Order: sequence, then structure tokens, then C-alpha cells
Amino acid sequence: MDRSNVDTDAIIPKQYLKSIRRSGFGPFLFDDWRYLDAGDLDTPVESRRLNPDFELNDARYAGASVLLARKNFGCGSSREHAVWALENYGIRCVMAPSFADIFFNNCFKNGVLPIVLEEKVIDALFEEVRDGAQLTIDLPAQTISTPSGQNIAFDIDAGLKARLVQGLDDIGLTLERADVIRAFENKHRQSQPWLFAE
Amino acid sequence: MAPRTLYQKIWDSHLVETDDAGTGLIYIDRHLVHEVTSPQAFEGLRLAGRQPWRVDANLAVPDHNVPTTDRAAGISDPISRAQIEALQSNTREFGITLFDMDDVRQGIVHVIGPEQGATLPGMTVVCGDSHTSTHGAFGALAFGIGTSEVEHTLATQCLWQKPSKTMRVTVDGAVAPGITAKDIALAIIGRIGTAGGTGYVIEYAGEAIRNLSMEGRMSLCNMTIEAGARAGMVAVDQTTIDYIKGRPYAPSEAQWAQAVACWSELHSDEGAQFDAEVVIDGADIQPQVTWGTSPEMVIAVDQAIPDPAGQDDEVRAAGMRRALEYMGLDAGTPISAVNVDKVFIGSCTNSRIEDLRDAARIAQGRKVASNIRVAMVVPGSGLVKQQAEEEGLDQIFLDAGFEWREPGCSMCLAMNADRLEPGERCASTSNRNFEGRQGQGGRTHLVSPAMAAAAAVFGHFTDIRGL
Ligand code: SF4
Repeated sequence: MDRSNVDTDAIIPKQYLKSIRRSGFGPFLFDDWRYLDAGDLDTPVESRRLNPDFELNDARYAGASVLLARKNFGCGSSREHAVWALENYGIRCVMAPSFADIFFNNCFKNGVLPIVLEEKVIDALFEEVRDGAQLTIDLPAQTISTPSGQNIAFDIDAGLKARLVQGLDDIGLTLERADVIRAFENKHRQSQPWLFAE
Repeated sequence: MAPRTLYQKIWDSHLVETDDAGTGLIYIDRHLVHEVTSPQAFEGLRLAGRQPWRVDANLAVPDHNVPTTDRAAGISDPISRAQIEALQSNTREFGITLFDMDDVRQGIVHVIGPEQGATLPGMTVVCGDSHTSTHGAFGALAFGIGTSEVEHTLATQCLWQKPSKTMRVTVDGAVAPGITAKDIALAIIGRIGTAGGTGYVIEYAGEAIRNLSMEGRMSLCNMTIEAGARAGMVAVDQTTIDYIKGRPYAPSEAQWAQAVACWSELHSDEGAQFDAEVVIDGADIQPQVTWGTSPEMVIAVDQAIPDPAGQDDEVRAAGMRRALEYMGLDAGTPISAVNVDKVFIGSCTNSRIEDLRDAARIAQGRKVASNIRVAMVVPGSGLVKQQAEEEGLDQIFLDAGFEWREPGCSMCLAMNADRLEPGERCASTSNRNFEGRQGQGGRTHLVSPAMAAAAAVFGHFTDIRGL
């Protein structure tokens, strides 16, 4: 997706945020760009015309699970629905020169890997996959291999990596620290009692 | 102790523990909840058989989906209604305070938190909404989170966070009369770009910032997310303390002196180091208007729309061409020659009493131009609406031909019935001009409340300094 500042409103438009479920957003990913006619939760997507000029509708990229993007991907609203839509569509990894912070965090909560690469590396990847190509991502080894035989290393925070590999229950893990939290809370209450209702 | 920034002070005072990778477990003092990003979080709690850690830290309000027309008629869209009903039943089930649709305290989540005194200096404040940065105006650390973190906050009262880098944006000197916090915010974004603040927490400083009211500081911190930073903050001073005194959730009489003493520490120490510094001369800031589909695509009201041909960076030029096409504009056109179809005064950026006063001053004694299809004013909360009516602002707007609505997010993101039709152009006091933000195919220009009111009465963008 060769454009910068792709925002979460573009990834999943607001009319779909009315859903109180966590799944089923894939068909509406990039909705305004992907379809020629307007849609909402009630309109079956089969009845809508695809925009032939949109990247994801291009046969060369059909069924892609890696999204190559430009700087500041995922800017705008905090809606986790954006990541749910990518994940539900089948995107497992997004590569860009930079990501918006909240979007970046949300990815890790949903098993989507955001990879930050230098602008010129991204430029080269765009060139290489222009006609559709397979990239192989090895998360444990932190490398991307390309059809031309390049091996590109990428950085990832160790804790976030472990979470992706093992799929941990964040809340369960934090609750194992309940005693520490409780002790902190008691101290905090003593120093700033007005932060707590009686 | 080495001099610390305001951000470091709040981080230190909320750090429960640090893990091996250097990620901190941060205690959360206030969690604000609205209907759009919370249903899946409550469902997660239920499925896991968990309870909220601390019920009294939470405050909930429906805002994104609520109608801004007569509330008695209910919500006609069944899906919007279901989402609000989910918030009602979830807050009831878990015992969380809700300001429901018929409560005069209902309003946009980022307006009601401060209005109630539920946002206090030195707090950590989170909400499943990116504009949570608003609350940093109080010398709080406030940031938006996704739904998984909403659930994590509910269940543990904590979040795992990496320490941010810090940036100080100093606006030196006073700004010219008529220049508002919105213009300052847009000018900063125009300077550093929408990704300029990524990875940073911004602290605003300088004379122009100190001169802002709390409403102005909230508008400024609100727009911080549009500069890519998760949080913006302003040090506590007398303006902050005066605003809080007497509000329902503010410290009691008995605790007041102790609280104020504690808050007086909430500023960056002399000599504290920031990872980045930006300095802007307040006198240079003009009334701002965005021309494109990103808040960084912004110019002063007396300027012309820029030409992509003059750009060296090809990705950037392509973005500009795309924006011009979407916006239906030609490079070189003076922005003051652009006519608008609709005007929206509202949103968590600019729907507080001071914003409405600014807009009313321009509307007074004038009429909405004939090419304007709708000019609407949507107060940020029921209490803002009440106060505006006591001051007679509603009558000024109605006499001029504006619509006077019920509080909510409204046409900021068009989740309710208020929206732009394809191709319609809007002067809006909200915060995002993304493609389709105010309705599919709609074209948004971000401006201050006075500039929006001027666009309504003249039918095109107009420099308010001449009025
Ligand atoms: S007013 Fe707009 S930006 Fe603010 S919370 Fe509502 S939808 Fe979000």
C-alpha cells in the first residue's frame, strides 16, 4: 500500500464500530477504498462492486498475509477494530517505516506483527514485490527473506516477541502480580487520598 | 535528585514495578469508558469470570452514537441503540457510574471528565479513545488505549508501558488577539508533522501556553495525538487549580490544601532534559485552515493552497496530489476563496463554553450565508449547553440561523445521523480531516470556533482578525 499516513478511519470506517463483537470485520477492511459503493453492517458485501484500482483487489496480491506500507501507518483513532479487521482479513504482518503508537500496541494484542524497517529497505521491498511475490518472515530468528535471496534482519522488543510467539494471557499474567499492585495501591492511597472515593 | 520532567515525575509516582525488558507496570487512577470501545472488553471480563479491580476509578458515558436531536424520540438506528444499551447493561452489571443519555451531566467523554473534576493533576488517565490526550491539560499523564487495554485496565487497574521519550514544545511570547489554542495546535502540527511526535510525550511550555485558559489547554492537548504523540501535558499553575475548585469529583475541603501542595510539584524541574525541543514564536501564528486530508496539510487563512509540483519528496507530492483530488481543490487557490457547504462547531476539541463564546461573538448580529446548507453547534456536554443557554448564546446562534443541538460527538465522526454527503465541504472545529471522517466522500477543513462561525456567515473561509 504505497501511501503514507494510512489512518484507522481508512482501515475500518466508523459505521462498523457499532458492532459489539470482536470478529467479522475482515470484509470491511479498507472499506471506502475497496468497494465502489457505500456499505454498512447491514449491507451484504457480495452485493457491492469491488474497486478494480484498489491494491487488495489486484489479482497479483490476492490472499496476501503481509501488508507493505508507508510511514505513520495506523495513525488516528485508538480503535482496535482496525487490527481486528486486518487480522480477520488474513494479514499477519505489516511492514512500514513507522507506525502510530496505539495501533502498534494493538497489533501485539491480536497476533499481528508490525515490523519497522528503514525507508530505503521498504522502497526496495516495494520494488521487489511489484508483480506479487512471497516474503518469508521468521519471527524467532527476526529475519525476512525475499525472492531475490536477500535476508533482512528486523528489531522487535523481547517481551512483545515472547507474547506473539507464546500467545500469553496478559491479564492473567498481570493478576499474578496482584499482591504487588495491592501494596502499591495502599501506599498511593495514603499519599493522595483524594484519588479514591470513600 | 537529578532534575526531572513532569512526565518523569508522574511515571515515577505510578510505577508499580519494572520487568526485565524495562517495561513498567503503571497504576491507573482514572478510567473513562464510552460505548464504542468497551463492549468487547466487558465481554472479555465476563468470559474470564473477572471483576473490575476498582469500580470507583471508572466513569462511563455514551457519546459517539447519541443523537443530537430531541432525545425523547430515542435512537432510531437499531445498531447504535444496541451499542448504547450494551454500555447501560455492562455498567449496571459491574457497578460502574454511568452518566446516561437523559442525565444533564452526559456529554463527550473528554469534556465531562474535567468538567466533573474527575480529571485531576498528577493522575494517570486512560480511555479507549485516542483523544484522551486532552486530560494532560491538567498536568496529568493521559493517553488513549485499545480495547484489549480497556479490559486490562478494568481487570488490573494497571497497564504495561514502555517509558516514552519527551519533547518540549515552547511557544514563546504572546499570540495575536483572536489566535486560539486551535490555531496554536494546528501550527505546531504543520511544523512537526503528524508523525513528528511519535514515541514522545509532549510538554507544552512558554508564555502563550501559560496565557491559555483550561479550555484552551484542553484543545491543545487534545490535538497532540494528531501530532503523533500519545500524550500532551501542561504544568499545573493557578489557572489549573482555580478551574478544579468546587467541582463534584474534586478533593473535599478537608483534603484540598494537601492536594494543592502536592500539585504544586507538577512541573518540569529547572534543568530537566528533554529528548527533543521545538520552539515556536507565538507572534508568527496566524488563523489556521487545513486544506488536505491530514492535519499537517495546513496553511494560514491568508495563504494559497500549496502546489505538489514544488515538492522534492515524491511520496509526499503523491500524497498532496491525492489530497487535492479528494478535496476537489486546485493548487494556488487562496483558501479564502473556497466556499463551504456545512459548518460544524463541536467535538472534544472545541465544544466547551469558551469555544461557544468565541463562535457566538462572530455570529452575533449576522446571518448564516445562503450557500450554507447546515451550520450546527453541538455543545460538549449537557452542562455546557445549560451554561450557554444561561448566557444567551443559544439565542445568538438561533437568530443567526445556526442549529442548536444536544451534546455528543455528532459530526466529528458521523456515527450518528449528523454527517456530510459525498462531495460536501465542511468548516469544522473537530480534529481530523481524514478521507470520509465526517461521512463518505465528505471534505473537512479544520479551523477554530471563531473561524468556523465566520465561514458560516460569509459562506467561505474568512480571516477573523478583520471582524
Ligand atoms: S468528539 Fe470526535 S474525536 Fe472526540 S471523542 Fe468524539 S468522536 Fe472522538
